[in-house]
Amino acid sequence: MSGIAEAPGDDAGIVAAIRDAAAAGEPLAVSGNGGKRAMLRPVRAARGLSTRNLSGIVFHSPAELVLSARAGTPLAVIEAALAEHGQHLIAEPPDLGRLLGAAAPPTLGGMVAANLSGPRRISGGAMRDHVLGVRAVNGEGTVIRSGGKVLKNVTGLDLCKLLAGSHGTLAVMTEITLKVLPAPEATMTLVLPGLDAAQGVAALAAALGSPFGVSGAAYLPAAAAARVPALDPADTGTGAGVAVVRLENFAPSVAYRAGRLAEALAGFGAPRQIEDDGSRALWRAIRDAVPLPVAETDAVWRVSVRPSAAPGLVDALAATGARWFLDWGGGLVWIAAPAEAATHRVVTAATAAAMGAWMLLRAPEALSAGIDVLPPPPAVLARLTRRVKTAFDPRGILNPGRMYAGI
Amino acid sequence: MTVQPEPKASVLARCGQIVTGLREAAGVGAVIADLVSLRAYETDGLPAYRQTPLAVVLPETTEQVAAVLAFCQANGVRVVPRGAGTSLSGGALPLADAVVIGLMRMNRVLAIDYADRVATVQAGVTNLAISGAVGGEGFFYAPDPSSQLACMIGGNIAMNSGGAHCLKYGVTANNVLGLTIVTMAGEIVTLGGAHLDAAGYDWLGILTGSEGQLAIVTEVTVRILRSPEGARAMLAAFASNEVAGAAVAAIIGSGVIPVALEFMDRPAIHACEAFAHAGYPLDAEAMLIVEVEGSEAEQDALLARLAAIIRRFDPLSLRLAATAEESAAIWKGRKGAFGAIGRISPDYLCMDGVIPTSELPAVLGRIGEMSREYGLAVANIFHAGDGNLHPLIMFDANDAASMAKAEEFGAEILKLCVAVGGCLTGEHGVGIEKRDLMPVQFSADDLDQQRRIKSAFDPDWLLNPSKVFPLGAPPVLEAA
Repeated sequence: MSGIAEAPGDDAGIVAAIRDAAAAGEPLAVSGNGGKRAMLRPVRAARGLSTRNLSGIVFHSPAELVLSARAGTPLAVIEAALAEHGQHLIAEPPDLGRLLGAAAPPTLGGMVAANLSGPRRISGGAMRDHVLGVRAVNGEGTVIRSGGKVLKNVTGLDLCKLLAGSHGTLAVMTEITLKVLPAPEATMTLVLPGLDAAQGVAALAAALGSPFGVSGAAYLPAAAAARVPALDPADTGTGAGVAVVRLENFAPSVAYRAGRLAEALAGFGAPRQIEDDGSRALWRAIRDAVPLPVAETDAVWRVSVRPSAAPGLVDALAATGARWFLDWGGGLVWIAAPAEAATHRVVTAATAAAMGAWMLLRAPEALSAGIDVLPPPPAVLARLTRRVKTAFDPRGILNPGRMYAGI
Repeated sequence: MTVQPEPKASVLARCGQIVTGLREAAGVGAVIADLVSLRAYETDGLPAYRQTPLAVVLPETTEQVAAVLAFCQANGVRVVPRGAGTSLSGGALPLADAVVIGLMRMNRVLAIDYADRVATVQAGVTNLAISGAVGGEGFFYAPDPSSQLACMIGGNIAMNSGGAHCLKYGVTANNVLGLTIVTMAGEIVTLGGAHLDAAGYDWLGILTGSEGQLAIVTEVTVRILRSPEGARAMLAAFASNEVAGAAVAAIIGSGVIPVALEFMDRPAIHACEAFAHAGYPLDAEAMLIVEVEGSEAEQDALLARLAAIIRRFDPLSLRLAATAEESAAIWKGRKGAFGAIGRISPDYLCMDGVIPTSELPAVLGRIGEMSREYGLAVANIFHAGDGNLHPLIMFDANDAASMAKAEEFGAEILKLCVAVGGCLTGEHGVGIEKRDLMPVQFSADDLDQQRRIKSAFDPDWLLNPSKVFPLGAPPVLEAA
């Protein structure tokens, strides 16, 4: 991206910038703080439009579990405001700054536009599940609203869902309303060392299939586990991997459930316990993909599969020299490997064989500009993708090519 | 009464040919075309609206659905999808020139995977049957609309159904991982699967709650959850709606999210008590049912915590269930609410607005005033944790004036919901019932953007038309 980069302070400024670009027929690279610019495909645009100056919490009603903020509000600001009332963001969105080489803090708009969710995805849902309402400006420069400020709403088509995860290709979100929840009083992690991937995923499945409300379930191979200071070297030094399972609840419940869960997992060994602050640090690391050993020139993939397919999938990567770890009970596979087209083919083929979905999260432009970064949709879905894009952005000026070449 | 579009004369004139074409597409046994049999499909859970369709098709496979839709598209025939016909917003109301596609014969559970915690079922499987299929292993499917014994998962997808327990477990959209859909052009598409994050635009998200206007769903993969160790309820009675509303805010603000938090006002309490003899407090202006989950000890601890909060609001009475049986007794009246109202009034409209929970006392006060102005009784049942209000307006359908007044009263309640920052519908959908109120909540630009999405999927607006959006020419997308 080069040339003019506008960062208006109000909706009117966003509208004007988009109308101007539409009139000129020039594409716009849309961003918040730009921290996800290295994600997916590069956008070739003469103009930039940032929401970073649309900042601030507009509304927070703790007793109604609702928060509205302008799209450029840093996530940390929102998290701090929620914490004052003992609340948190349900989907536990990650800060991928380390992976994406970005120092700027992630914004609410960027996080929703990328629909990135952290470890609590397995119990609390995805970022997109908690978007109650959106105000946005479409590719014609028209302000549109969808959803609202209440927890339940099935009035009309839920455009919030389409905008979440659309990476700025459909409309520029200017204000977002989220459902929020009370943060747990206590948290504890059970650590099961000495497991291979198949055993680890089986342990996580047993934990997630228990009635104890597991809210985090990850498997870290030895190399990944060694990167997490919150884990005890006695657990990570075995050469085998580590399964970690999180409980979040009221303190007496956490204590009770940890005991019951340990019984349910007895076949996988006697778990060590990590309490509150240590547990929080561990899951913050997993959330932000810290366990993934990444070289600067590596490509990074994020693969979503049914958990039981994960061990087979990582086996299929063995010859590529890929490093990986599993979150979401095995349902999220983080992969880092040398940025080569051949490796990309192995990852995508293994994911397709497991009937999952892959994302080439980051790669050097030389690779990402020339290949698919998301599974190419079959013909009918490709047509629907183009038509939905046209329905929002008929001139194709918003982040063209970000998800798919030519869209 | 809501205006419906003129039937297409060209379609009515070709009725015989169309029925023949449908039989070729789906098989002779799948097509209903005689007037007597068609009458069973003339209405749904909103019986104030009735219309006999041109024909009904009951396919058994996704391929038959595809063949029927391709035929209808090619012949410009409108299509109305139907599950169990329990829609309270008229979502399955036919048109005179439309073919109803009923999914009730697609009622097989296809796959259950406990390790990955998913189940794949056909669209005509009932909501409760999913929990029934996995209950033996201690699992359940979370969204629990009141009609769950009858309503089908395909219809749940169409309406993004909720239920009393969605405060904790989310609504349908939060529990669906995969869909097989058929477009109006007859193309079969699979979306998502058994994994959590599907690729590309959020097709699952936009399809769920699209009221059968974007595609017909034939197969569904849902998350199944392990059942909690147990659950127990508590009943609290209050001297006023204001105090009960304040107690709700205090509960949520305390950090405890009960698995259910139901509010009933005085008329609802009296109607339900007369019907179910659940021991409800007849001296109360409002009552709350609060349910918590976990082990016995956890239930005790949570109920004690909640009781301490409630006691700050001087409850008239507070009844903690000691056993699952006592808990069931507390729920008995609430679960029979619709039947209870049906017993004291020949007909009622069940409204479905949502309000910010802080507005509850003011909104109930205003609804009470309107009840006197319209001369129609109303009972209020409310999913208090998430603000979803169900006023039940009692009227007499044999009296046209009474019915017109009831509809007007209902519309005024929904406008009030929007005015205080809420919305027209929390779980029943817009359907035909609230179609013409959409401009109350949305600007012309907002609606136009939604209508363009409809056009992206169904350019000719043949699929469940004349619902959701006020009538008007469909937007044409530029070639893409």
